[in-house]
Amino acid sequence: MALLQISEPGQTAAPHQHKLAAGIDLGTTNSLVATVRSGKAETLPDAQGMHLLPSVVRYRETGAPQVGAMAKQSAISDPRNTISSVKRYVGRGLADICKGCSRSEYEFVDSDSSLPRIRTVAGDISPVEVSAEILKDLKLRAEETLGGELTGVVITVPAYFDDAQRQSTKDAAQLAGLQVLRLLNEPTAAAVAYGLDKGSEGVHVVYDLGGGTFDISILRLNRGVFEVMATAGNTALGGDDFDRIIAQWLIQQAGLDPSALSAGQMRATLLEACRAKEALSDAEVVSVSVADGSIVNDAAWQGELTRTQLYELIDPLIQKTLSSCRRALRDAGIDVDEIEDVVMVGGSTRSPRVRERVGEFFHCEPMVDIDPDKVVAAGAAIQADILVGNKPDDEMLLLDVIPLSLGIETMGGLVEKIIARNTTIPSAKAQDFTTFKDGQTALAVHVVQGERELVSDCRSLARFELRGIPPMVAGNARIRVTFQVDADGLLSVTAREQISGVESTVQVKPSFGLTDSEIEIMLRESMSYAQEDIAARMLREQQVEADRIIESVESAVTADAQLLTDDERIQIDVALSELRKMRDGDDPRKIKQAIETLNKASTDFAARRMDASIQSAMTGHKVDEF
Amino acid sequence: MTMSITLTQSAADRIHGFLENRGKGVGLRLGVKTSGCSGMAYVIEFADEIGSDDEVFEDKGVRVLVDAKSLIYLDGTELDYGKEGLNEGFTFNNPNVKDNCGCGESFTV
Repeated sequence: MALLQISEPGQTAAPHQHKLAAGIDLGTTNSLVATVRSGKAETLPDAQGMHLLPSVVRYRETGAPQVGAMAKQSAISDPRNTISSVKRYVGRGLADICKGCSRSEYEFVDSDSSLPRIRTVAGDISPVEVSAEILKDLKLRAEETLGGELTGVVITVPAYFDDAQRQSTKDAAQLAGLQVLRLLNEPTAAAVAYGLDKGSEGVHVVYDLGGGTFDISILRLNRGVFEVMATAGNTALGGDDFDRIIAQWLIQQAGLDPSALSAGQMRATLLEACRAKEALSDAEVVSVSVADGSIVNDAAWQGELTRTQLYELIDPLIQKTLSSCRRALRDAGIDVDEIEDVVMVGGSTRSPRVRERVGEFFHCEPMVDIDPDKVVAAGAAIQADILVGNKPDDEMLLLDVIPLSLGIETMGGLVEKIIARNTTIPSAKAQDFTTFKDGQTALAVHVVQGERELVSDCRSLARFELRGIPPMVAGNARIRVTFQVDADGLLSVTAREQISGVESTVQVKPSFGLTDSEIEIMLRESMSYAQEDIAARMLREQQVEADRIIESVESAVTADAQLLTDDERIQIDVALSELRKMRDGDDPRKIKQAIETLNKASTDFAARRMDASIQSAMTGHKVDEF
Repeated sequence: MTMSITLTQSAADRIHGFLENRGKGVGLRLGVKTSGCSGMAYVIEFADEIGSDDEVFEDKGVRVLVDAKSLIYLDGTELDYGKEGLNEGFTFNNPNVKDNCGCGESFTV
């Protein structure tokens, strides 16, 4: 049974044509996937009910890499093969990486392609491949949850990501088999989740304090588009540092020597620190303890942590984030009072102290209604839902459009349009095609552009072949042809046979070489030739149908001639030759009539063939075997 | 004969939530349209206005609109909200259905 979602008025999709879209927050520490269902953006949990996927991948000698919580657990036992925070390395050269992190846990290998790789037991892995594993996991989760293939996704990236880092993120998505509708800046996604894009124009601040990184972004909303005015941050400051500083205090209070602590004890103390931090959001004071490694279940030290003490501990860290905020404001050249609102992102902004200090700094109440862990993914999902076309046109974002329809050639030299002209980009559309002949193992895909009905009147963009289709009866293969135009106007066409999974792809730039006046001529022609075009299309369609029937009747007559009476044979032959004659004429109605005559003449014969084949299949078997 | 469209409690709760989240709309529109692999397909949409040929039903505090043509195929339907593995969504318990395509998205009467 299908589980249906509520659509916007007039936007109900035809059965099996639902356009599934998702937003992905590909984070340094954790990643999430979200989608819009019945108008509401929600992050999707895995089978265990966990929304956050730790961005950790563990490579093993055999078998597929582990992703998420399982991999994270092995970070201590198998550090060289367990890769976390890969986002720090994506799209960076070896020199940048070594500069950025003094304490690199991984063994980087300089490869010829200037893209560094990480040496693991499973071979040398590029950061892009690691990201792809995380994306694959989220893709699988989304497709299992939504019950279908994703049409497209929006992936978020930090506002400061350069072209190489963005391109690498796209490459990772492609490796994971995802169609990227657009990369969206993380702060913009958070602003979209709060609906700020529909609000008044002005300056918005996004304060993002995650597990291991801090980012501050200053955005200006201008005619529905967010411009990034300035960013600042600290790639080594986050909620984990809060825990660490509290843990240090605990160890000090317990009178233990930090260097003598076992890894297990250290971890337990960090967990205790995190628990105390969260409890102090509501309580004024919590009791805390530090376990003594030598005696199980016994505490080496027990005491209390008050809210005041907590604030004393974490205030210097919060102060650091505020210094970054000041720098960003200065870079953007704006005054604190020009700011409309402050959006809070990242789990650490749950801390009441953080909210208080940020509110004081920006002179306004920070926005905290949406779960700060999920807000970026939710915004990406909203954007993906719009880009994939699930919203009425008036809510569409103002973007570039495709000047002329894009389509492929089908039997008889006809054009099947896949992306209509004036569709905004980026856009992705898919259509299913099938084989025309029994045992057909290849399909030629001819990509064309234009508004006319016949291929000969359109512009040819590219040709490619899909080979390796398993031999099947005509019409049984399911070949999905996907057209995708990215934000840069680059068209990629993919043909994929759904049963065997064979796939072939080509990339073209559709507007390449076409001037505005050429586009105009092509459009004008399509209107003035509309009537002729439709007539030509009808004729071609009947001719294609006639060819199909002639071939199938001929092969049946050759195969099972003994099932025919002489009389029938004559009738079929007459009808066949009549149809052949009409097929070469130019009257679609006459061809249609001749097809019907041949159909009628061969109906009994077809029924008898069916009986005969059932009989031969059943010979030698008992009825209850079936 | 009086026509009826009903909601299960879980469906009603969800619709309430979704309408509230959307922030506008007069209710939920149910309907059918011809298409799909076995003839007819369900329509389930937010409604921003009541059309002149709409029948209006009210169940568990939710206003449900059905146009007169669709109502012939939907009379007696109970709308439910359920989960299947990780997925969740609305289902139609429609007594008029003779056969559906196995996917539950389209049906014949």
